[in-house]
Amino acid sequence: MPDRRRILVRINGAGYEREVESRLTLADFLRHDLRLTGTHVGCEHGVCGACTVLVDGLSVRSCLMLAVQADGCSIETVEGLAPAPDQLNFLQQAFMKKHALQCGFCTPGMLMTLTEYLRAEPSPTEEGVREALSGNICRCTGYQAIVAAALDGAAALREQGGAREELAR
Amino acid sequence: MKPAPFTYHDPRTVEEAVGLLGSLDNARVLAGGQSLMPMMNFRYAQPDHLIDLNRVVAMSGISVDKGAILFGAMTRQREIEFSPHVSEVCPILQAALVHVGHRQTRNRGTIGGSLCHFDPSAELVNCVCVHDGAVLKARSRRGERTLAMSDFAVGYMTHGLAPDEILCSISLPLWSPRHGYAYVEVARRRGDFAIAGVAALIETEGRGGAIKRAALSVAGVCQIPVRPHAAEAALIGERPSQELFEAAASASEFPDPLSDAYVSADYRRHLAQVLIRRALSAAADKAEERWADA
Amino acid sequence: MNAWFGASVQRKEDPALLCGKGRYADDIHLPGMLQAAFVRSPFPHARIRNIDTSAAKAMAGVHAVLTYRDLPNRLQAPIEMLQPNPAILQVFMPHVLPKDEVCYAGEALAIVVAEDRYIAEDAAALVEVDYEPLPSVSDPLRGLEPGAPLAQARANSNILAKMSLQSGDIERAFRNAPHVYRERLHLHRGGAFFMECRGLVADWNPVSALLTVHVGTQSPHRLHRVLIDLLQCHDSQVRVVTPDIGGGFGPRGQVYHEYLAVCAASILLERPVKWIEDRRENFLATNQERDQYWDMEIAVDEEARTLGLRGRLVHDTGAYLPKGVVLPWIAGATVPGPYVLPAYKLDIVVAMTNKISVSPVRGAGRPQGVVVMERMMDLVAAKRGLDRAEVRRRNLIRPEQMPYTVGITFRDGRPVVYDSGDYPACQARALEGADYAGFARRRERARGEGRYIGIGISNSVEATGLGPYEGATVRVNTNGRIAVYVGASSQGQSHKTTFAQIAADHFGVDYRDVVVIGGDTATISQGHGTFGARMAVTAGSSVHVAASQVASQIKSIAAEMLEVPETELELRNGRVQVKDVPGKPGVPRNIAGVGLSLREVAVRSIGMSGFAMRPGSKPGLESTAYFTPDKSTYANGTHVVEVEVDVETGQVKILRFVVVHDCGRLINPMIVHGQIVGGVAHAVGNALLERMVYDAEGQPLSTNFGEYMLPLATDVPHVEVSHLETPSPLNPLGVKGVGEGGTITGIAAIISAVEDALSPFGVRIRETPISPQRIVELIKEARQSTHKSG
Repeated sequence: MPDRRRILVRINGAGYEREVESRLTLADFLRHDLRLTGTHVGCEHGVCGACTVLVDGLSVRSCLMLAVQADGCSIETVEGLAPAPDQLNFLQQAFMKKHALQCGFCTPGMLMTLTEYLRAEPSPTEEGVREALSGNICRCTGYQAIVAAALDGAAALREQGGAREELAR
Repeated sequence: MKPAPFTYHDPRTVEEAVGLLGSLDNARVLAGGQSLMPMMNFRYAQPDHLIDLNRVVAMSGISVDKGAILFGAMTRQREIEFSPHVSEVCPILQAALVHVGHRQTRNRGTIGGSLCHFDPSAELVNCVCVHDGAVLKARSRRGERTLAMSDFAVGYMTHGLAPDEILCSISLPLWSPRHGYAYVEVARRRGDFAIAGVAALIETEGRGGAIKRAALSVAGVCQIPVRPHAAEAALIGERPSQELFEAAASASEFPDPLSDAYVSADYRRHLAQVLIRRALSAAADKAEERWADA
Repeated sequence: MNAWFGASVQRKEDPALLCGKGRYADDIHLPGMLQAAFVRSPFPHARIRNIDTSAAKAMAGVHAVLTYRDLPNRLQAPIEMLQPNPAILQVFMPHVLPKDEVCYAGEALAIVVAEDRYIAEDAAALVEVDYEPLPSVSDPLRGLEPGAPLAQARANSNILAKMSLQSGDIERAFRNAPHVYRERLHLHRGGAFFMECRGLVADWNPVSALLTVHVGTQSPHRLHRVLIDLLQCHDSQVRVVTPDIGGGFGPRGQVYHEYLAVCAASILLERPVKWIEDRRENFLATNQERDQYWDMEIAVDEEARTLGLRGRLVHDTGAYLPKGVVLPWIAGATVPGPYVLPAYKLDIVVAMTNKISVSPVRGAGRPQGVVVMERMMDLVAAKRGLDRAEVRRRNLIRPEQMPYTVGITFRDGRPVVYDSGDYPACQARALEGADYAGFARRRERARGEGRYIGIGISNSVEATGLGPYEGATVRVNTNGRIAVYVGASSQGQSHKTTFAQIAADHFGVDYRDVVVIGGDTATISQGHGTFGARMAVTAGSSVHVAASQVASQIKSIAAEMLEVPETELELRNGRVQVKDVPGKPGVPRNIAGVGLSLREVAVRSIGMSGFAMRPGSKPGLESTAYFTPDKSTYANGTHVVEVEVDVETGQVKILRFVVVHDCGRLINPMIVHGQIVGGVAHAVGNALLERMVYDAEGQPLSTNFGEYMLPLATDVPHVEVSHLETPSPLNPLGVKGVGEGGTITGIAAIISAVEDALSPFGVRIRETPISPQRIVELIKEARQSTHKSG
């Protein structure tokens, strides 16, 4: 008999109550139980970063967390970044401007990692951005455009007065 | 790569946790999950019971008291990384944490988890090893046990806890306020496991003064971190210099170095020499810097 | 009017992908869908004596466990080998599921279909296979020795193919050559390691008798062809459609036996079946490139000009031969590069091993060809005491020599003829951009600080735009919307944007108003696939031709409807209208601007029920073009790289990376830039990090991302790219391929730079990748041999 638990999670501000098997990973829970397929699975051993989401504001490998561990937590995924259905947030816009995605598979992980990073570091340097991104692997872009997008996005945000709401949870 | 089925337990107290571990067959404790979960996803580890420690709040925390800094075993690496306590009294941990995995792994990974995984190149393990008099406390249904690092460090990825014991805390005696410290390592890429890493702590007799205390610990070269005591002893009473550090490096011995398909024993030994010299140099510079700030 | 061609417009693909609304294979959920997992051999080579699936089948939630025996007869045949060649001596191809022999660790021999992947994996663990391990071949060179074990039990040797490339009189070239130098190189590449693992959903619908395969593939038509052959059905009964794809780089273009097994499962169970490869499987069972052993000799005259180059290549092809001799042939044909090479002979041996099959990975053998030639150039410079750039300069083909016939045949069956490009200008520009002239000063300063820096150069010429074709259908629908259907799919190359740019110019619309659909066999009947940097040339040209034909049709119909000559019409702002030409006689001022919407023309074009069509007209606004390049068009590039080496630890840091690249005209410069930098990242990986490690039996040891190292954001430098644009004369767009150039040229430049940094020690680098440990070993070896020689 599979071991099951009831969990209550908040995802991008919305509450979900579900019963899950205890061995279900958080990544699979998001993708298959909730059909939030924006979070991607790239390696299932915590190296590639494609599955990065924010749990209580902190970036984690959702392939290395169990859904049952997320009970009571507040999770942010890529689906929660855009302010409205036909809009992109400052970081997404910067990605588009700088061609920071090609196949798009690593992109949600990159966005979530950068969301955490730019909240803590509103005036990043190139070196700092590369360091921050070192836990997210991209096989298409060679990172340069992603770095440019992060710097561009941060600059755009600072120009707007560093609107905390832009980055707010 | 999905884990095999297991029964999940999430105790709220240490009592509960050790009760479970002591009574269930084929049970493993889950700390940060950054080492155990990959093993479970690969099905290299297939516990029937998973005892999640993440909700045992009492196992987490950093405090400084009576000349030692105390860490609950479930303290996140992230917390150590940003802790003002640690910055003030035990900064080598922060120097080491820069090399540990990535932001995402440090957000979940714990000091206890790293110790119990006991990878030969683990930076936090190495930092505990460099502290003489480090004290580990473990609990089981049978009570509490105190271990020295020498009791804990049994062998290759093997620690000295009994199967029913849970590591609860780690305490490191503090070095004097102006001690010099450094953590240097060689890894292939940012965040990778170190091929070799050196933790260095030194105390000098004031600005430009001789070394009065020194500790070195070398990770990644042998099955467990190595304390080259002969090298440490050779430093005492001498003024810092490149020649001195070179001599200390040469005096360090590494019996039975690790060797695998990727990295040879020779290269590890070679790196150990280079890194001991560099770590001592950096630690001496740091000590000078701290004396200058005084 | 070229409003869009050449513009760095933002991508149409992005908004959905940025919001997590992409649709990759694993994002597809169909009603009743089941999930598969494979049982894989733990042995590099074994006979299968028996497979007991009973325990697995009995598990709750398991719907089927299939092996070779459970497959219908026509699915028991091996997969067809699509690249025959007379040089091939023996062909071994995978079966849908192996019958009695497994030939690499990880080869799948049973498929488990269950309610979800978790259960499928549980059941797979219960399948009991009785293996008889057989002797295996791990080292391709050892496999060629007499008495070596056979990688396939039915083989008569481990040599699958032998061929030679030659031009000129090689004997004469070497006979009286003043200087001959020899080099042996071990070049190891790695895998593609796209971030999205392979995967598909096979959906057999028994009611409509239609098999829809949603699969991330670079070659939907190739898979379609194999499927209709195996299933012996009508071509409309199989539809291969590509969702969003997380990277391709070559290996995602092959027809894998797992795909066929999943299709078989869907057909037998009459339910959709999904299989998503996990990363461990990706390491074991996705094709990769691997080892090549080159033994080469170069003959030069007193001025260091090449007289001839000859040698031997042993190419490890793995356990099967899906790509024939394509890879080593490309590698061998790339060696001459941008240099005058009066005589060339390369003998190629394709060797079988008990490892996953080798098929092209970004660059497809060209990187190795470049490394070979560039190492020889550096060797000549070292031996002759000349500057490395100068040696190259003396040998570069001059622009006035274009088109330049190299004298050998490319894998496309055509003679290698460089159509266009200015190689000396390219090298000069790169050297200037990298301040090569100032390097000696920089090196001196660094030495004063106890640091070791080096600079490396590499030149390449790259065949792109391979035939035979890639088609496009352009259609203006009766609702006025413009659609472009191309045969091949995109895995990040931005086709939805670039092809829209090409088409939009023909219709005078915004590129966002053109929808591009790729990789769906139901929309266009023939195709080959996205590989070999060929889409811009082939599909791009097809889009251009088809769009211009449709634009022509529009004007023809509109001319009749408006009763004005066609020449007075233009397509602008989504309409076809009379040109506004002030003061032009014959065009009344008051009809300038008068026009029709595309919708109106489209409705007219289909005729009206019951009425006759215009004589000589075809219904609809539609055209399909299959641009067939006569031969490959050759792009070229120069990379100049500066590195620092920590000689105590062997660690390498790239200080500067300069690229000058010529891929003809640029459809979207921003996208081209992304392709080049992305390619350079692969070069960094192949030069410094990526290595598949196997043991002596052929057991793969690197099976996760901790052991196999992909370059991170902290490893790939900032790349400085500038372009030369020598338009290709071989297609209407004047474009050349660019997807692989960064990789093809980069590896050699990095190696050259590292060797240069180590020049005080007299180290020569004869291998890729080069690790810090190897660097330390090489320094030690060089020191010891200096000691010995006193």
